[in-house]
Amino acid sequence: MTKKVKNRLIKILLSLLILIIAVLIITLNLRDNIVYFYSPTELLKMQTNETKIMRVGGLVKKNSINSDGSKKFTFIITDEISEINVVFQGILPNLFAEEKGAVVEGSYVNNSLFRADKVLAKHDENYMPPEVINALKDNGKWQGQ
Amino acid sequence: MNLKISNNQITYIRKANLYLISLTLLTFIIGLYFSLLVSPPDYIQGDSMRIMYIHVPSAWLSLFSYTILAASCVAWFVYRNPIFNLIAKSIAPIGAALTLIALVTGSIWGKPTWGVWWVWDARLTSMLILFFLYLAYILLWQSISNQETASKISAALGIIGFINIPIIKFSVDWWNTLHQPASISKLSSPSIDINMLIPLLIMTLGYMLFLITLFLIKLRTEIIDQKILRLSIK
Repeated sequence: MTKKVKNRLIKILLSLLILIIAVLIITLNLRDNIVYFYSPTELLKMQTNETKIMRVGGLVKKNSINSDGSKKFTFIITDEISEINVVFQGILPNLFAEEKGAVVEGSYVNNSLFRADKVLAKHDENYMPPEVINALKDNGKWQGQ
Repeated sequence: MNLKISNNQITYIRKANLYLISLTLLTFIIGLYFSLLVSPPDYIQGDSMRIMYIHVPSAWLSLFSYTILAASCVAWFVYRNPIFNLIAKSIAPIGAALTLIALVTGSIWGKPTWGVWWVWDARLTSMLILFFLYLAYILLWQSISNQETASKISAALGIIGFINIPIIKFSVDWWNTLHQPASISKLSSPSIDINMLIPLLIMTLGYMLFLITLFLIKLRTEIIDQKILRLSIK
């Protein structure tokens, strides 16, 4: 390695290091703007009002989906610590189900009720054929929801 | 510094490509057969999950391509050998195409699973930025006529843009995103059934061969271009 090449290498490594530090500082400080949704616990700690549009994500609580027969649904989003009551009018995505992940977008109607304008189903990273899941459930080895 | 590549070496690239093209086609045929017919459907998503077999390899390789691009830019800055420019220039359009495939197939997959075509979460947004980075890199080369200036500016962009790659990779772990976390990175127990992992890996091999084939075709063209340019200057 000639001296010239060595110098360039050092310069470029130094500038890369500075760049990485800069980006780390920016992304860590922007965390609140980058997260796509809050967990129910985080949302309950925050100051919100009726006009502020928020997104909450978590699991849809078991036996919590109720429908009045039309397109109006109520359900509970939970992160196993806190719960949020949600009301939604519209068409739910196909993969929306109890004990599965979901993200809702909307705002508080009052202190205890969140009105969703949009409901998104969040699917997990597990890919399995149905037979395998059934076998795992029969053995009692299935850890998922 | 001058390019030191003989005409014989250029001919070797062309000969290698003939084998590569047939190997790519063969791998894709086997991969698609496994993906569409052998692989079982997913327990929740059903058949719509099969789009993973074209979505995931293109996303992986779009990150891989950018890593190669950034590495060549660093190498050019250090060694000032024009071959590194040609490598970066050749891989950029392929990476852009792979990113576009990942974005489009992801969007098509998002509709039946999430219920929307697009959301501005960290993973999707950073992938879109990657696409723009590729476009910016290509455009810089085309808009600056002075070779030396073009090399410097585009190499700087290529290196700075690399910071986006770890952001894409870890976005699903660092921030709450609608996009699910990685299924494969846990080596001990991937969250994906072996019957789905095999088609995914075959398809990834197919994409890789396709990438190498296109890359060599483009690199050969770039080398010949460069040689013509040198001759016309002399």
